[in-house]
Amino acid sequence: MAAADPLGTRREGGEPVLITEILAWLLDPGNWSGPDGILRQTLLHLFYCVLAVTSAVLLAVPAGLYIGHTGRGAVFVVGFGNALRALPTLGLVTLLTLVFRGRVALVALTVLAIPAVLSGTYAGIRAVPAHVVDAAKGMGMTSRQRLWKVELPNALPLLMGGVRNAMLQVMATVMVAAYVGLGGLGQILLTGQRINDYERMAGAAILIALLAVLVDLVLAGVTRLVTPRGVFLTARSGTTSRRRR
Amino acid sequence: MIEFRTVRKQYDDGTVAVQELSLTVPAGTITVLVGPSGCGKTTLLRMVNRMVEPSSGAVLLDGKEIRDSDPAELRRGIGYVIQQAGLFPHRTVRDNVATVPLLFGTSRRKARRDAEELLERVGLSRELGKRYPGQLSGGQQQRVGVARALAADPPVLLMDEPFSAVDPVVRAGLQQELLRLQEELGKTVLFVTHDVDEAVQLGERVAVLRQGGELAQYAAPAELLARPADDFVASFVGKDRGYRGLSFVDSSGLEPGPVDTVHIGDTSADVPSRAGWVLALDAQDRPRGWLPPGSTVRGRLTEDQLVAVGSLHTLGCPLREALDAALSSPTGRGAVVDADGVFQGVITAGQVLELIENRRHPALTEGAVQCSRD
Repeated sequence: MAAADPLGTRREGGEPVLITEILAWLLDPGNWSGPDGILRQTLLHLFYCVLAVTSAVLLAVPAGLYIGHTGRGAVFVVGFGNALRALPTLGLVTLLTLVFRGRVALVALTVLAIPAVLSGTYAGIRAVPAHVVDAAKGMGMTSRQRLWKVELPNALPLLMGGVRNAMLQVMATVMVAAYVGLGGLGQILLTGQRINDYERMAGAAILIALLAVLVDLVLAGVTRLVTPRGVFLTARSGTTSRRRR
Repeated sequence: MIEFRTVRKQYDDGTVAVQELSLTVPAGTITVLVGPSGCGKTTLLRMVNRMVEPSSGAVLLDGKEIRDSDPAELRRGIGYVIQQAGLFPHRTVRDNVATVPLLFGTSRRKARRDAEELLERVGLSRELGKRYPGQLSGGQQQRVGVARALAADPPVLLMDEPFSAVDPVVRAGLQQELLRLQEELGKTVLFVTHDVDEAVQLGERVAVLRQGGELAQYAAPAELLARPADDFVASFVGKDRGYRGLSFVDSSGLEPGPVDTVHIGDTSADVPSRAGWVLALDAQDRPRGWLPPGSTVRGRLTEDQLVAVGSLHTLGCPLREALDAALSSPTGRGAVVDADGVFQGVITAGQVLELIENRRHPALTEGAVQCSRD
């Protein structure tokens, strides 16, 4: 079977869906335009992801900075993060969509994004070498100056790592928006399933995956841009090992 | 001047780090706190810039209780150097040095210009200012740490094992550099180390602490080595303290004797086979090595025919160096040079010992011996 059909997958009946057919669907301009077209759904898909992650960043970064800087509530980060991660994602989202109708259901995506951002921020602050923070304090920086001028810039790589993780998780889950009728690329996939249009389903799946990779690449670029050069160099050369003492 | 008045530090778990300790650190000198780990030396140092608050007692800076000043403000007026340098990885070397002036509100431009000057002062090139700490060696990082501590020209400098994490050769260089800087700047330096050698080399006064934060002895280094207050100090300063004490005895009166010399590049005609060791010098008359007895030179004399010269004794440096030059030489005769490294003559261990015997009364000269090297 596989040898006879190296590039395709199979429909229920055993009839293959060739890559060429999927490509044909993807390249058909008619499929891109219109209120249910690929373009609009892709933008909607992206909008939900960015909205969810941005809200998570706005909530979790300040909390992570506070906890990392003061050391207060570290147990909360670990416990809360683990608890949320242990929850079955789909279950949580379905529950929240049942409780909150309509767009409020997007809160579920934000909840999903928070642990990664929170623990990334917290870990970033805690990973700043103790002697660096000690020096900052000893030179006469106030608590606030230490946080903004020393801890945050050095925490950025790990903080951004948390944001990237959150984005990936959200992108993997955002299709549920289609379940509650909010659209997105999941909508195309679901429609395809309903009408047994396998080109449509496969095409939508490929688009979802491509978009996830693309967004991650963009975030990787952003990480490079915001990471101070010295921190980047240190991380790469590894000359200043962390907490050597 | 830094004054500790019956300071005590007890942590919440009951550990006593410092036990009712009083100590006065005179202005303009290097004072060293030395002791085994757990003797409270770092705790004591950190009390001065309020990184640690004493449980009881008081610390005074120029007669004022530091408790009355705002911690951040107090710290900006005190230089602080730590073991790992603690440079900020995200800032250039230049901006690291400029940290405190920038906190004081100095313009970025002026702060950077001053920082580059300071880099030169601690023996680094200006170009290094644009690099990041992660691109520097451990020794360079420590120099930057010192420059950063000096940037706002504070009268007091706290140094917590600043040279412990670098290799011995680099450490020796940093120690010389600190002494040179101190001669120029005359800061009040409180220096913590666990290394007795470093303590007696750098300190004008050395405070030996014992476990549990008690002051065992507070004295000039020569005094410490010659007359330890008790068994603890005696064992802590080490078995070879008699030898190390020679670091504080000047070598005046030591007369270098003559020896046969040749020059690198001399031909076989100039270097006839001889019965004794011959010292080979370079074109600037600096000792390069010993030519073993009976060696014949074919063609021109080159360095690879020589046996290493051993350590050199520079005129005016302490007797320890003179004795070491004699002991480390393959011939038993140590080469003596002047401040420029030019050969002056040779000395034997016997001469050094004779000088020590003749000087028995009065006792060893106290105080650091000034000596200049090229």
